Amino acid sequence: MSTAVAAEFDPTGPLVASGNLRRRRAVNRFAEAIATGAALLAVAVLAIMVGAVAVRGAAALNLDFLTHAPRVPGEVGGGIAPAIVGTAIIVGVATLVAMPLGVLVALYLTEFAPPRVAGPIRLTLDLLNGLPSIVIGLFVFGLLVSGRHQSGFAGAVCLAIIMVPLIARSSQEMLLLVPRPMRDAADALGVRRWRTVLTVVLPAAAGGIVTGTVLAIARAAGETAPLIFTTSIFADKTSFDVFGTALPNIPTEIYTLSQQDDPTGITKAWGAALVLVVFILLTNIAARALLARSQRRLTQ
Amino acid sequence: MTELAGAQAPSALPPPPRMRIVADGAPATRAAGRDGAAAQADREIVFDLRDVTVRYGAKPAIAHITLPIQRNVVTAIIGPSGCGKSTFLRCLNRMNDSIPGFSISGQVLYHGHDLYAAGVDRVEVRRRIGMVFQKPNPFAKSIYDNVAWAARNLGLKEALDDRVERALRGAALWDEVKDRLKASALGLSGGQQQRLCIARAIAIEPDALLLDEPASALDPIATAAIEELMHTLKRRYTIVIVTHNMQQAARVADRTAFFSLDPTSAEPVGALVEYDDTQTIFTNPADSRTRDYVSGRFG
Repeated sequence: MSTAVAAEFDPTGPLVASGNLRRRRAVNRFAEAIATGAALLAVAVLAIMVGAVAVRGAAALNLDFLTHAPRVPGEVGGGIAPAIVGTAIIVGVATLVAMPLGVLVALYLTEFAPPRVAGPIRLTLDLLNGLPSIVIGLFVFGLLVSGRHQSGFAGAVCLAIIMVPLIARSSQEMLLLVPRPMRDAADALGVRRWRTVLTVVLPAAAGGIVTGTVLAIARAAGETAPLIFTTSIFADKTSFDVFGTALPNIPTEIYTLSQQDDPTGITKAWGAALVLVVFILLTNIAARALLARSQRRLTQ
Repeated sequence: MTELAGAQAPSALPPPPRMRIVADGAPATRAAGRDGAAAQADREIVFDLRDVTVRYGAKPAIAHITLPIQRNVVTAIIGPSGCGKSTFLRCLNRMNDSIPGFSISGQVLYHGHDLYAAGVDRVEVRRRIGMVFQKPNPFAKSIYDNVAWAARNLGLKEALDDRVERALRGAALWDEVKDRLKASALGLSGGQQQRLCIARAIAIEPDALLLDEPASALDPIATAAIEELMHTLKRRYTIVIVTHNMQQAARVADRTAFFSLDPTSAEPVGALVEYDDTQTIFTNPADSRTRDYVSGRFG
């Protein structure tokens, strides 16, 4: 048997596929093709979805849509200005809460925590990250809304809970990128660790931390489930009262508009969706550009 | 100060009586053998290591090192890779502390104080004993801020500009950077960055300076600049330099310690083979292993 194989193999023959190499090459091509297909499908899903939103939303989009409050269903015109302002406020408050917390958690993990403690905390953050947002919504509903009233603040707390693990994990990755020798240099100069962290490590990682935060904002801005619990019963007018009343916001607005009997409602829902998608895509792209720049600066 | 000619030392000089530091740690008094050495004999001891053994986990890195280091001289630590030169150096400012599993036995006395005694603050230790690393590691800040950073954080904020200028002049870098102090330190060449790191270390006026192969990542011209600098710096500081470059030790050091793996030990562990005047180590070493190493027969 082995002699037969050896006899077939002719080292001086032309260099084309022979024996089972032909089959191996076919399997290889097939595997490559389905992997490429899967990748194309993923891109296509995003393209089709964004395309559909763009095509349908564009019909609703005009300056009035962005700057006016909604009208009574059935009336022509009206926009989603209160929802845009509301989302900005809710996400803004959530960021104010989540960013310092997330960055401090990341600092603890990279600079202070012994490895035995850091592991479980990282796991906790990953679990928190995977928590269904509706559970977070229910939790905050029980904590801040039940027995009281809905508020923009309650919604912001939900989004902050979603953002903290995202910011902590991405900041941690960026802090780990700060070269070890830079910390050694600071240590060798006899300066306290905390001052080193504040004046050497954080500035070096600042770009990446901001990027992580922007990505977290993009993620939180589209969260709907927790907002339905906490800030969905609102008046259709622009409000800045974070604690007092539920604030209009784009995700809930999309849902409400799509449920109206009025046929223009669904068009407006597409318009609001387009506004949201454009915001999220732009922040994502900006964040990644920022990240690329800060990484270049660190590894230079 | 003494200018060493390394292996080409004039043979007209009588061979100097020498001091062997033996493992039991009884340094013998020695007579002067050459220019400037007389003064060295009674120099104050800055670091006094007594039977120091360092382990990482169960694995020993260096064992039974007994070595006094004198004030205002350059002491070079030479030896093949992996014989614990850097471990030794990092013991002197407690930079090993953060390595998991690190433990030390024996005594490391610094001006008579045990560096590893309870109550010793290692941040204070490092404030007094500066260090320059193998690879230049400037902060991602301006040249000025690199030098001023430690001073600012230690509360030495008076006349900061003067302090920065003094440090940069001390590191022979001032003329090259005085017009671009606000530029990023990362834009400097490797040799300039390393001199900046030296400036950063001396800006807070430490007492001793530890250099861990400071020129190994640099080209010959930058290396020459750093070596030149060491001759000036030793007037002010006690300098310990680790190098695997023997010629460099011969050029810059007054005293040289040769480390090697201990052949009597079952595990590979670094040990001090010989410690003497640099000239002696390079021309007339007592130990055959030293002779083999400095003549390039091994390592």
